[in-house]
Amino acid sequence: MNSFIQFEQMSFSRGRNLIFDRIDMAIPRGKITAIMGPSGTGKTTLLRLIGGQIKPKSGRVLVDGLDMGKASSQALLAMRRRLGMLFQNGALFTDLTAADNVAFPLREHTRLPPALIARIVALKLQAVGLLAAADQMPAALSGGMARRVALARALALDPELMLYDEPFTGQDPINVGVLLRLIASLNQALGLTSVLVSHDVAEVFAIADCVFVINEGRVVAKGSPDELRAQMPHVPFLRQFLEGAPDDNQSQASQQSANYLANALGLKPPSDKRSALRGTR
Amino acid sequence: MNRVLTALLNGLAALGQGVLSAAAHTGQLTLFIRQLMGRLIPAWTRPKLIVQEIYAIGVLSLVIIVISGGFVGLVLGLQGFNILSKFNATESLGVMVALSLVRELGPVVTALLFAGRAGSAVTAEIALMKTTEQLAAMEMMAVDPLRRVIAPRFWGAVIAMPLLAGLFSLVGIAGGYFIGVVVLGVDAASYWGQIQQQMQPMDDVMNGVIKSLVFGVVIGLVAVFEGFNAEPTSLGISRATTRTVVLSSLLVLGLDFILTAWMFGA
Repeated sequence: MNSFIQFEQMSFSRGRNLIFDRIDMAIPRGKITAIMGPSGTGKTTLLRLIGGQIKPKSGRVLVDGLDMGKASSQALLAMRRRLGMLFQNGALFTDLTAADNVAFPLREHTRLPPALIARIVALKLQAVGLLAAADQMPAALSGGMARRVALARALALDPELMLYDEPFTGQDPINVGVLLRLIASLNQALGLTSVLVSHDVAEVFAIADCVFVINEGRVVAKGSPDELRAQMPHVPFLRQFLEGAPDDNQSQASQQSANYLANALGLKPPSDKRSALRGTR
Repeated sequence: MNRVLTALLNGLAALGQGVLSAAAHTGQLTLFIRQLMGRLIPAWTRPKLIVQEIYAIGVLSLVIIVISGGFVGLVLGLQGFNILSKFNATESLGVMVALSLVRELGPVVTALLFAGRAGSAVTAEIALMKTTEQLAAMEMMAVDPLRRVIAPRFWGAVIAMPLLAGLFSLVGIAGGYFIGVVVLGVDAASYWGQIQQQMQPMDDVMNGVIKSLVFGVVIGLVAVFEGFNAEPTSLGISRATTRTVVLSSLLVLGLDFILTAWMFGA
């Protein structure tokens, strides 16, 4: 399989906290790959490692053959021009209008005449359905609109690789649907490679070609959504994560707190849970 | 005994932590200065960005500088007249006001106001850009934030500061003229004549310009450094902004003493 990004025995730590422990991952070219895992597993960190904003402690992160941890700043800048990233909160420049935000990378990296830049900006905004909001400031946009403007900005330089950081978090169902359709259609129409970091199982499974599930610094499962569903019965964490079940300790603890509260309020706890309540005294 | 030992050890640990933190901060600052130095000349390939910053940092500080300069001039005129009249030397009021302003009060008071008005704004703006991932987004768009955001703001501060200090002194001298000549009846010709005779453009004025340039560099550097290295939280932004005002004010006052001793000392 032709891979665009490769993690080879890559480890990364923050202080004494080991975030990734010798992980191997190959992200295929031209597909939508999702990286999933519980909050705090370092999914965003993984995107920053791909972008070369942080360097691995050991091992390699190769993006189209370039070792992002050891590349010169020139090579890194050249590679970043081929990447687009959608940040979790959009990261729009608050002092620029939506149109100026989209025009920003074009003005920085090209010498195109202003009229042509305006035309490209209009096309990009139209692609995300926000041409009418071109003159609005980011503060006047809703969360979903801001994310779509940020998507248009990320696409301004026609990247080969798109990185999406939690694109569905905090979005209403309509916006989630719009974003899902956009990500899938853009990937197909522009022949992109997309890497999606998320913990929204249903949304990700609807569009991803390949999914990696990470937990406690290791890749615990990988494959297509169908393959992951098939693996579910054999991998306890995968089953728990995909079904959204709390782990046994959490479940017991929350049951005990519920019983304790019921007791304090003078309510009668369910009879089959009385033994658990007695256990707390 | 045990308690005393514990307190002693805690004190020692706190001292060690303080020294380590100061060393880390100094190291960070040195590294930052090295990175910034490499971007200062390339930043002039986009002069429009620097002009925008001179406007944001300098022009928008005009109101506070002009008003403060005016009041300081009025007070200097009043105090100077009262003192000089005891020695029948009120004709020297002009030169007293002008020298106080050009040599000392112009650069120092402007720098303190500048740190509070523009330095804090620059820090807060950069820190907020960092917190909302705008700087990270720039980096991912292959745009160097140090060159695009930091260097123009630094230049803005360095260029705006001497201009504002000059304006402060001019308005102050006009304030002194108003209170001395118009209100208290000092001879106008003496007021201006003494300034013309006693003030040395190459000594007094140039020393004032050098002082304000140094203060501009210090405030600009502290403001961009604190913003760029702020912790990306709301508390981090507020701490960085406070540090900018406190640190740059202290540095301005300390450096003013050193520069004065060097320029006018025996």
